[in-house]
Amino acid sequence: MSEPVLRVHELVTSFPAGRGRAAAVDGVSFQLAEGEVLALVGESGCGKSVTALSLLRLVPKPGRIESGSIRIAGREVLTLHVSELRSVRGKEAAMIFQEPMTSLSPVLTVGAQVAEALRLHEPMSAAQARRRSVALFEQVRIPDPDARFDSFPHQLSGGLKQRVMIAMALALKPRLLVADEPTTALDVTIQAQILELLRDLQRELGTAILLITHDLGVVNELADRIAVMYAGRLVEEGTRVQVLGEARHPYTQGLLRAVPSLGRRGERLAEIPGVVPRPSERPPGCRFATRCPVRLPRCASDPPGDTPLAPGHVARCHVVAQELAR
Amino acid sequence: MSVEGHVLANAVIALLLAACAGLAVVIHRSELWRAAAVELWRRRPIALLVVAVYLVIAALDSISWVGGGEVGEGGDVLAMHQPRSLIDRLFPLDFDEKSYSAPLASVEFYGGDPLDHPGRHLLGTDILGRDVLHVMLDGTRIALLVGGFTSLLVIPLALLVGVSAGYFGKRIDDVAFFVMSVLMSIPDLLLLIALIMAMGRGPLQVCIAMGVTSWVGFCRIVRGETFKLRELDYVEAARALGVSDLKLIWRHILPNLMHLVVITFVLTFSGLVLSEAILSYLGIGIDGSWGQMIDQARDELARDPIIWWNLAAASAALFGLILAVNFVGDAVRDVLDPRTLRERQ
Amino acid sequence: MSAAAPLLRAEGLRVWFPIRKGLLQRTVGWVRAVDGIDLDVPAGRTLALVGESGCGKSTVGRSLLRLVEPREGRLWFEGVDLLGLDAPAMHVYRRAMQIVFQDPQGSLDPRMRVRDAIAEGMQSFGIGANEAERSERVAALLARVQLDPAQMWRYPHEFSGGQRQRICIARALAVEPRLLICDEATSALDVSIQAQILNLLRDLQAELGLAYLFITHDLGVVRYLADRVAVMYLGQIVEEGETERIFGDPRHPYTRGLLAAVPSVDPNRRGVRAHVRGDVPSPAHPPSGCRFHPRCPEVFERCPREEPRLYPVGGGVSRCFLSEPAESGGTR
Repeated sequence: MSEPVLRVHELVTSFPAGRGRAAAVDGVSFQLAEGEVLALVGESGCGKSVTALSLLRLVPKPGRIESGSIRIAGREVLTLHVSELRSVRGKEAAMIFQEPMTSLSPVLTVGAQVAEALRLHEPMSAAQARRRSVALFEQVRIPDPDARFDSFPHQLSGGLKQRVMIAMALALKPRLLVADEPTTALDVTIQAQILELLRDLQRELGTAILLITHDLGVVNELADRIAVMYAGRLVEEGTRVQVLGEARHPYTQGLLRAVPSLGRRGERLAEIPGVVPRPSERPPGCRFATRCPVRLPRCASDPPGDTPLAPGHVARCHVVAQELAR
Repeated sequence: MSVEGHVLANAVIALLLAACAGLAVVIHRSELWRAAAVELWRRRPIALLVVAVYLVIAALDSISWVGGGEVGEGGDVLAMHQPRSLIDRLFPLDFDEKSYSAPLASVEFYGGDPLDHPGRHLLGTDILGRDVLHVMLDGTRIALLVGGFTSLLVIPLALLVGVSAGYFGKRIDDVAFFVMSVLMSIPDLLLLIALIMAMGRGPLQVCIAMGVTSWVGFCRIVRGETFKLRELDYVEAARALGVSDLKLIWRHILPNLMHLVVITFVLTFSGLVLSEAILSYLGIGIDGSWGQMIDQARDELARDPIIWWNLAAASAALFGLILAVNFVGDAVRDVLDPRTLRERQ
Repeated sequence: MSAAAPLLRAEGLRVWFPIRKGLLQRTVGWVRAVDGIDLDVPAGRTLALVGESGCGKSTVGRSLLRLVEPREGRLWFEGVDLLGLDAPAMHVYRRAMQIVFQDPQGSLDPRMRVRDAIAEGMQSFGIGANEAERSERVAALLARVQLDPAQMWRYPHEFSGGQRQRICIARALAVEPRLLICDEATSALDVSIQAQILNLLRDLQAELGLAYLFITHDLGVVRYLADRVAVMYLGQIVEEGETERIFGDPRHPYTRGLLAAVPSVDPNRRGVRAHVRGDVPSPAHPPSGCRFHPRCPEVFERCPREEPRLYPVGGGVSRCFLSEPAESGGTR
């Protein structure tokens, strides 16, 4: 089996909280194989965005990666020198963000920005860069790509800007694409276009994608595997069908039942009572215990370990472990 | 300074101090402002203490009355009938020498005649023989008067015009913006000189003139911020709840402008003090200010040997106050920024 | 359509914003945010107003409350012509219609305690004889939205997003309205919190007989909550009808495109289709003829030339030539 494109082991990233620090990402481990799409799912505050930023060491100060290992294409990112890191960013791994408006510089044309990304990593003339950029624009299905090269970001719609972001990210054919809420800011019809595009591009280029999102529908469209995050830790992991169809962790189940999808009317939405604990107020033991409908006494004090449910399907829950033991 | 001017200036300082006291009470009552004050103290205790020292000196210098003190032979009897403040009374009544003397010297600078009070002038004496330390301390009052009183004039005016323009928009905004643009197009210094020529040279007139030139900048900021606040959801919600415009402004807009007011006040304070120094350099400032002391340096630096202590004292006092105020202002801006308000929770 | 008179009715509502340019700020054009809307909100029921960004749905909500003045149109609340009322008379009706906004952050004055924010409306309409009684009412309202009444003396930043939204709901309920406009009220919340708020809204409707105008872009929420749905595009309503009919048998190509674009969480149902191509045009320059024609997968030659009217369709309406009854000239 080939080396995974991304291998994260016991990553801990902390931020200041109150007097001390609290771990936004608290011991997260996962892997991404070549050409695979892994979705990291969770609600706000669970640490998924911080995880994504940690991968390329883009965590804003005062955040800090405390410990763990991140291997991209076999190279340990956390010990790289800054100049070596630059060769990884953009070339081996690229990132696209949620807000296309703030991710693109407003004073440069979009073409200039894509060309800049290209010329940073590969020697080429301006004319060559322009040709490659226009070709990329075509690949991401931007209509009238040659004219669009000279447009400024404010002249483009949200959907077009996101396509430019994707073009920039895929310009150097990275093996890993980290997509942080790529469609959250888009209207649903535009989102559908971008999802189609990402799906097709992924198949064409064989890029592995780490998809960060809170939207389970988007996950269903793009992901091969899913990892569910809550309060800094992973609580369930498995294939798309396993996690969406046979979820075992109470949080995942609650989440799925809380989504008002097109298929249901009349029955009450299942609520998850309470709120996500702040990093400074996290309970020992299972972090979901305070809101869990089926909690056991030991959940409050014992952090649960991995319970394998099926090949590739893991949950971290005492209740699940107990049920399985019977 | 004349007796009347003295009384007026004292009254103003008293007013300012009362305002400070009132402010302290308001801050103490509101949980949000109290937390901000505590945080401010935590960040810049030294700067705050320095500013407090200046404030105390100015306050002490404002409590003045006639009488007391003795004059030696051939001394200045007239001086006994002038009102003298607590600071003034730190120095003997007849402390003046004939002319320049170096700090802690026992002889005059020119000529070498022995001084009346040898070795007691910590910072020397100026051309009139006045103790430089005394003059410097007196200047504190003027500096704070300039900064504080002018702001007291500027802030309510700027708030009134700025909020009206920002909230009601359209015609009112057009007029206000026109007036502001005209004022902004006239160079500050020229306008100042013209106003002071027209009004005369007293401290009140200088404050008013500086007020006229400085309210516009603040007004623009208030107008811009009011535009922003007006569009916020909670203002719309209040309108949906039937709250009248005036109540809305009072309850929602003004309180959310206050942080801006405080920040702007602290930051323009130093600007105002420096402006007065420039006016003094042009000969139209307030008598007895540090600016005036610096103005005398033109002569003094040209002499040989150089007379430096007058300039040094005034510059040091000015520098100290403005540096401290700027540090405090920076910290105030950090503490009152609505974003840090959230982060701190 | 229900036979009883609707609680709120709007006819031909237009809200245009001027585009000003140049030194003298001359009006060079108009942003037609709302361009001829007819709406009925029945008492005690929920009408959902759906559309994507730029369609004007938020502007509709605010114009119904006269937070922004319509340029044209009629507006009735229980038969009373609202647009003909002067300010004092309108003040009375303000009590009957309230609004909850999208952003829990910006919806509450950060310098006002929660109790004062909720009591503000009461003061404005003279509800409650004195401060003590108003505090009691605030406590009761907080309990009703499932918050701890003892928290009323805190500031908004001490609450989470979902809790702040509950406070906003309590503030709206404080004046005892009959119609609540929810302008993307749950869009900024996490899924699990959204479920709490949606359930709360449903319960309140059953308890208090409130009517809702639910403005949203989320079709899943619409299906869960709404009795009737109106779909908006570029300032116009393109389809309207009962929820089940809209979801089961959408007639307008835009509605069909919207529904096809929503991803499902069912692992057996994958493959959203992007039927609707391109981007939303600017409301300042709507396309000629049918405004949807540049993006419509079923466009034909009549569409750019003529503007379709609202044609009756299965108990609702659809603004598409494809829905035109055969007798009036056919479609293609």
